[in-house]
Amino acid sequence: MMRTSDLIASAARALRSNPLRSALTALGVIIGVASVVAMVALGSGAQAQVERSIASLGSNLLIVVPGAQRSGGGVRAQAGAGGGWDALTLGDAEAIAAQVENVAVVAPSQRARTQVIAGGLNWNPQVEGVTPAYLEARDWRIAQGRMFDETEERQARRVIVLGATVANELFPNVDPVGQTARMAGGAYEVIGVLESKGQSGFGMDQDDIVLAPLTTVKRRVSGRRGRGDSVSQISVKAVNEGVLSAVQQDVETLLRQRHRTREGEDDFTVQNLSSITQTAAQTTQVFTYLLGGISAVSLLVGGIGIMNIMLVSVTERTREIGLRKALGARQSDILHQFGLEAVTLSVAGGIIGLTIGVAGAWLMTSLFNLPLVISPLNAGMAIAFSGAVGVVFGAYPAWRAARLDPIEALRRE
Amino acid sequence: MALLVDARGLVKLYRMGEETVHALDGVSFTIARGDYCAIVGPSGSGKSTMMNIIGGLDTPTEGKLVIDGADIGAMSDAELAQFRNRAIGFIFQSFNLLPRLTALENVELPMIYGGVEPKARRERAAALLQRVGLGERMGHRPTQLSGGQQQRVAIARALAGKPPLLLADEPTGALDTTTGAEIMALFDELNREGVTIIVVTHDHEVAAAARRTIEMRDGRIVSDRLNERSARHDAHV
Ligand SMILES: Nc1ncnc2c1ncn2[C@@H]1O[C@H](COP(=O)(O)OP(=O)(O)OP(=O)(O)O)[C@@H](O)[C@H]1O
Ligand SMILES: [Mg+2]
Repeated sequence: MMRTSDLIASAARALRSNPLRSALTALGVIIGVASVVAMVALGSGAQAQVERSIASLGSNLLIVVPGAQRSGGGVRAQAGAGGGWDALTLGDAEAIAAQVENVAVVAPSQRARTQVIAGGLNWNPQVEGVTPAYLEARDWRIAQGRMFDETEERQARRVIVLGATVANELFPNVDPVGQTARMAGGAYEVIGVLESKGQSGFGMDQDDIVLAPLTTVKRRVSGRRGRGDSVSQISVKAVNEGVLSAVQQDVETLLRQRHRTREGEDDFTVQNLSSITQTAAQTTQVFTYLLGGISAVSLLVGGIGIMNIMLVSVTERTREIGLRKALGARQSDILHQFGLEAVTLSVAGGIIGLTIGVAGAWLMTSLFNLPLVISPLNAGMAIAFSGAVGVVFGAYPAWRAARLDPIEALRRE
Repeated sequence: MALLVDARGLVKLYRMGEETVHALDGVSFTIARGDYCAIVGPSGSGKSTMMNIIGGLDTPTEGKLVIDGADIGAMSDAELAQFRNRAIGFIFQSFNLLPRLTALENVELPMIYGGVEPKARRERAAALLQRVGLGERMGHRPTQLSGGQQQRVAIARALAGKPPLLLADEPTGALDTTTGAEIMALFDELNREGVTIIVVTHDHEVAAAARRTIEMRDGRIVSDRLNERSARHDAHV
């Protein structure tokens, strides 16, 4: 019965006796594991990025926009053929708040694009006419100053809250709060600055925004187009994620009643952000699996390399195997020795590959500006998987060695 | 003296297509503990086949073989391996040392498969190398040793597990006359210390050094006689 320490020592000695060959054999596994680790990390990073940025639009959020949904996808025409761009009204928002259960906040808003000028600088942000509830609905926070209140909103006061990008562009050197900016021919007081949200999942800068009271925007900025009480969007925040689909259905039913439309002929669309998040996350996950799967092929090739070299090694060492058997090595001793050589090669390759893979992932994610996501589970799986490669591809050569007839083996030159 | 080897009607057949080779064709003999026995005969007469079977490397097609009280025919593969480790010391014509290991490590090898502690086996290996006159060469590799020195390492290795039986198949076949005689002197000494030795040889002087000579032909024993004392002395003076 062979001691485990002797088993390990003898496998290590065999590998050391031919260092270049061992290194080249392990290289196959190194490349395989490194590419699996790097690719999966890259994919997971992209996935995390997509989820994070979509979540930053607001949680438990439904967005109602005018226009029919295009068949088959989450993308819809804002002012499509199915309905007018002014199909949504303040009345709709009030009805949702009053009649739909499990709604936390309803925030109608009117979008406009106009030039904003301050201190000789000008900028062309997206201007949103909103009610104070918009902050809660969209998970915005105030970084500096304050939000306008309901009274100011109702009175159509000329006050604005700037997104971080706009604040930086218009007031690079001064505190924006208390300053004056001009837009659409009027002067507006800056009363607050929003906390930065960064890019959305769709590649838009969410901070390139100016919030103004809804009434102000309707009267002074967006002009007298359409009905006086139309809005371009209604944000509906549900009390929690679980009721989101139910709320979506209730909102759709209610608006169908109010607009006298039938399902399929709607002049509005209710977007569910969590389902968009899910779709996007699933897409990137498929992408991750695809990358991982392609790199797994190179790990397979590495395994075949191990098998090849182990078979050569068994042939070369036939006489040694015969002698060891004559001296009292059992079949299992020989099996373990050669098996351990293969597993050592592959696990060593796995560990080195993991290190290189993590370094590569770090390099690529910092290059593409993605979060670096490496879970200990994935790392452990990479090592376990490379060990399994060693077992699977080392098994046959080791079995061949163990089954050698000692007399035949000793007779071999 | 008690019996160490008891062979009854050993037959070994090799089938080569249509033809059947009778490598052993009904061989019966006994070897007592402490005996020193030479096996001679023309090439192809079945000497090596018999040694392999006695050493548990091969199994007979027919017949019964009891060595050191154990029935070889009834053993599993793992039991045979253990038997070889514990009861047999092999010495080969071509030494069969592992080239990557030092002399000391080569001698340690059987003890590794016997599960002997590293410290104990290093000490025993060193003592055995001392015993065969290679105390100064323990760290040398086989390629750095002469043929005679390599065969001494092989003898030390064969003795490592304290086996009751040494099997040597043409141990001097690859050595010159003088070196061969030195090896035979070593065998003689070991035998006097109580080790049972079976040696296959083509060399009359080597055969004469043994106590007893078994002559084989076509897979059968054709003569089995004790050597004269005087002849034994001539061989290694
Ligand atoms: N694996 C084998 N397959 C077929 N025939 C074999 C095999 N091994 C041995 N033989 C045959 O068995 C017979 C005895 O062989 P063995 O090796 O025992 O002879 P030997 O007496 O040792 O000869 P030598 O003195 O040349 O070593 C020979 O005819 C040989 O051809
Ligand atoms: Mg022979």
